[in-house]
Amino acid sequence: MGVNLRPPSTRGLRAARKALLGVVGLAAFLAVWQLIPTLGLINSQYLPYVTDVAARLSEESRDLAFWRRLGSTLTAWGIGLAVATLAAVVLGTIIGMVPFLRRATHTMVEFLRPIPSVALIPLAVLMFGIQRQAALVIIIYASFWQVFVQVIYGVADIDAVARDTARSFGLTRRERLSHLVMPTALPYVMTGLRLAAAVALILAITAEMVIGNPGLGRMIELSRSAGDAVGLYAFVVVTGLLGLLVNIVFRFIERRSLSWHQSVRGEEVL
Amino acid sequence: MTAQTSRITMTRRGRGVGSRIVGSFLYAFGLPFLLLVVWAVAATRSTNRFFPDPLTIFRAFVDTWIGPAFVEDVLPSLYRLGLGILASIVVGVAAGTVIGLVRWLRELLEPLLEFFRAIPPPVLIPVVMLLIGITDTMKVVVIVSGAIWPILLNTIEGVRATDSVMTETANSFRLTWWERLRFLVLPAASPRIMAGVRQGLSVALILMVISEMFASSSGLGYRIAYFQRNYLIAEMWSGVLLLGLVGVFLAVAFGLVERRVLRWYHGLREVSRA
Repeated sequence: MGVNLRPPSTRGLRAARKALLGVVGLAAFLAVWQLIPTLGLINSQYLPYVTDVAARLSEESRDLAFWRRLGSTLTAWGIGLAVATLAAVVLGTIIGMVPFLRRATHTMVEFLRPIPSVALIPLAVLMFGIQRQAALVIIIYASFWQVFVQVIYGVADIDAVARDTARSFGLTRRERLSHLVMPTALPYVMTGLRLAAAVALILAITAEMVIGNPGLGRMIELSRSAGDAVGLYAFVVVTGLLGLLVNIVFRFIERRSLSWHQSVRGEEVL
Repeated sequence: MTAQTSRITMTRRGRGVGSRIVGSFLYAFGLPFLLLVVWAVAATRSTNRFFPDPLTIFRAFVDTWIGPAFVEDVLPSLYRLGLGILASIVVGVAAGTVIGLVRWLRELLEPLLEFFRAIPPPVLIPVVMLLIGITDTMKVVVIVSGAIWPILLNTIEGVRATDSVMTETANSFRLTWWERLRFLVLPAASPRIMAGVRQGLSVALILMVISEMFASSSGLGYRIAYFQRNYLIAEMWSGVLLLGLVGVFLAVAFGLVERRVLRWYHGLREVSRA
């Protein structure tokens, strides 16, 4: 391809152009948003001015209660993600390594996995009321499968030659786990973790909206029922920024922890 | 594989067809059956009324969903779900193809799309409710507003990653833009598109349930929330079961479609792996 033949200055120029276009796109979006209620296309009761939403955002960011709610959401997210990941890695490794268990659990997994976690909200509410535990049930259920499935794939992906080599060298079970299974399954686990982090955040906020335990989701629901459109849009923007942050951080973690791995190294070359 | 080993496997296969079928049947249904029995025994022993035994749930399932409720609650839900998924795929693939092919457009929209994808889809429900009001259209729009992002972004990625040698070949053969779309761009992007659709399906199902829990007087999500509020425990469980069945059905249907659409792709991967 021609790209590699260009001098580096052109490449820098291209990156600059890309960043510039991105900023232009963002600005255009905000301008259109501001124009729609200004021109009266949609009543500002339903689509508030960007400036109002921005003002509310800066107001909220100075309010301690806002940060406490954010912390509440992130706590549920963190606990849920940690428990789900741990359980999925342990169970996935055991089930993935024993062919008998893998075959015996296959139908169960295929039936349980597609159950939408929000279907369990009523059950969670019955069991725990409107507390954080109810939200955790949903978060853990949803994010567990993301990691579990990846771990099963990862353990199944072990190279046959490597496995036979490990066996002929008489590696103990523990050595096999740390030198053979872990390195093979790690990229899969990381992918699962990244997906689970996003799913856990979605469910954390959804649970707060539907169940009503304190957090950002509850603020969205309260703003809606109070008819506070500005607040509603402001909190939606906050959840979007939070989601963006989670995506970026976990993509970064995935890259860093797998810098030795072909799939990451390969991207530089191609 | 030598002729000798293959003959050995064949004789082994010939001997055990019957027992192998029984074996895989046991593997497939053994554990679920065992768990159901354990559940039933535990339910009769314990006094916890939130976990009725499976037989009660099954009876409630038949009583609740088979009959008029199927027409009043299940069909409208499935209709909205289907419409939402279809619209997400059509709009997502169309917009994704255009954005993926036009470089400046892609660079213009990239940060925005990243942001919209990161918004947890259920928070869009109040926004759409505010903009459109509580109608059937709102529920379909909610489903589309959540399910479209994985499809759109995967289509963009898939279109962008079209093999450059093939693009140049298409250039030198002077394919018209339609031929190029039909025979080069869309097939090349189809594995990514299908991956996006798979993600979109589960988001769509979640949004169908929550939008009905929020603002509806019919539908599966509404019914389940209603049963919970009125402490109709077995009925509520039967609703969870039905949602599970819908989820399994979607997954199976998707698997069939994917295998058909990506037959060439799976074949190619197998050849390159061998």
